[in-house]
Amino acid sequence: MTTARNPALPASAATRSLSAAAWALVQRDLRIALRRSGDTLQPVGFFVVVTTLFPLGLDPQVSLLRDIAPAALWVGALLASLLALDLLFREDAQDGTLEQLALCGVPFTGLMIAKTAVHWMLTGLPLVLVAPLLAGTLGAPAGALPAILLALLLGTVSLSFIGAIGAGLTMGVKRSGSLLALVVLPLAVPVLIFGARATEQAIAGESSSAALYLLGAMAVLTATLSPWAVGAAVRIGLE
Amino acid sequence: MAWVWLHRFGSPPYFYRVARRLVPWFAWPALLLCLGGLIGGLVFAPPDFRQGEGFRIIYVHAPAAWLSLMTYVVMALSAAVGLIWRMNVAHAVAASCPKIGASFTAVALATGMLWGRPMWGTFWVWDPRLTSELLLLFLYLSYIALRSAFDDVARADRASAVLAIVGVIDVPIIHYSVIWWNSLHQAPSVLRFGAPTIAPSMLYPLLMMLVGFTCFFAAVMLTRARAELLRRERTAQWIVEALDADQGGPSRGGGRTEQSAASAW
Repeated sequence: MTTARNPALPASAATRSLSAAAWALVQRDLRIALRRSGDTLQPVGFFVVVTTLFPLGLDPQVSLLRDIAPAALWVGALLASLLALDLLFREDAQDGTLEQLALCGVPFTGLMIAKTAVHWMLTGLPLVLVAPLLAGTLGAPAGALPAILLALLLGTVSLSFIGAIGAGLTMGVKRSGSLLALVVLPLAVPVLIFGARATEQAIAGESSSAALYLLGAMAVLTATLSPWAVGAAVRIGLE
Repeated sequence: MAWVWLHRFGSPPYFYRVARRLVPWFAWPALLLCLGGLIGGLVFAPPDFRQGEGFRIIYVHAPAAWLSLMTYVVMALSAAVGLIWRMNVAHAVAASCPKIGASFTAVALATGMLWGRPMWGTFWVWDPRLTSELLLLFLYLSYIALRSAFDDVARADRASAVLAIVGVIDVPIIHYSVIWWNSLHQAPSVLRFGAPTIAPSMLYPLLMMLVGFTCFFAAVMLTRARAELLRRERTAQWIVEALDADQGGPSRGGGRTEQSAASAW
């Protein structure tokens, strides 16, 4: 995966090789995911189904739906992103690609950022795109949509990066099932709390900027710090 | 130079020996300080202006909560030391902490609930302090679950070390949650900048309980760490000599009677 080294190249060749490797990785992951669009769309389908269960399970009065809309939307998003985490490392670990990535000499943390970013594009971003439909079924007013979508956008970024840590840690475990949920959910609770708060304030017509700022801060924090933890966890899992 | 003592502790037989000698030095003060703190708090401290006699549960609730945070920090620090310097002893120390920490957290939450019912009118409220303390309990449980999921001890050590380090962000969140947010739980009265806002006659027993709980944690943690080391190094040669010493053999110990609490089996 390293580019051919030309001695005439300036010293920034090392950085160029990381961006080249990361870009190649992004293209590869996107191509594989688009070929297996069924697998990739499963989390979105799960999100739609779970969030629709709430109005079906309750007496579908609009006022009651509006009360539970934040919770339904965010618990659905959290569970969907949890489900999607399987896609992140399992296949690559099994066919040896992850080992090659770890050995190729490119900074592993950078590659983890690339992998998690692609994973978010494939699993988090579709949740945001589907959300207007679901928010409508849950009785959210149209004026609340921008804030809801922004909250989901920032929240899914955090959930992807936090989930990547859990996916890396449980990669080497055989019957990981609910262990992944047990590891990821405590770390994901702040995102859930502030996301639901932003949604609730938006539906009530109040300003949700405080919660949105905090969600943005969490997105930036997780995006910058978690790749180290993901890289460390994956390396441990690869032994 | 200054790190020599740290690396000496990295030797399992050294740690095993030194921990055995240290445990009574923590266990007895723990007993005496807790007794003194309880007597001071339950008998001698005056009733609170607003809460009356009910505030006395603070003498169990506050130290348990402080210890739950302290245990997590100790666990995360020793996990980090083990991860960076690849020390088996540090990983053994980290492995002995989570059950103690989870117990302290559970005690803090339970006593808090018992205190909240008469004072706040409710057992539970989803305010930042209680929620983040509950999260800490979940973090301990997920640490234990992750550790037990791996068959290979070394991988379990390293994976759970990463989890412990990632989760340590919850500790400052718990402490500052009552300052950052409008929380039902009261603001810090002792661990704050400036003088404590609690009366001295109530404060001193509380400090005694805190130090007593800390000594208790140290005694229990060292004992568990010794057991953990025995389990990990059970095929090693130094085990035979160490167990001879434990049973007061002629090579070490000089005839001191062995407390059953300090025995690692």
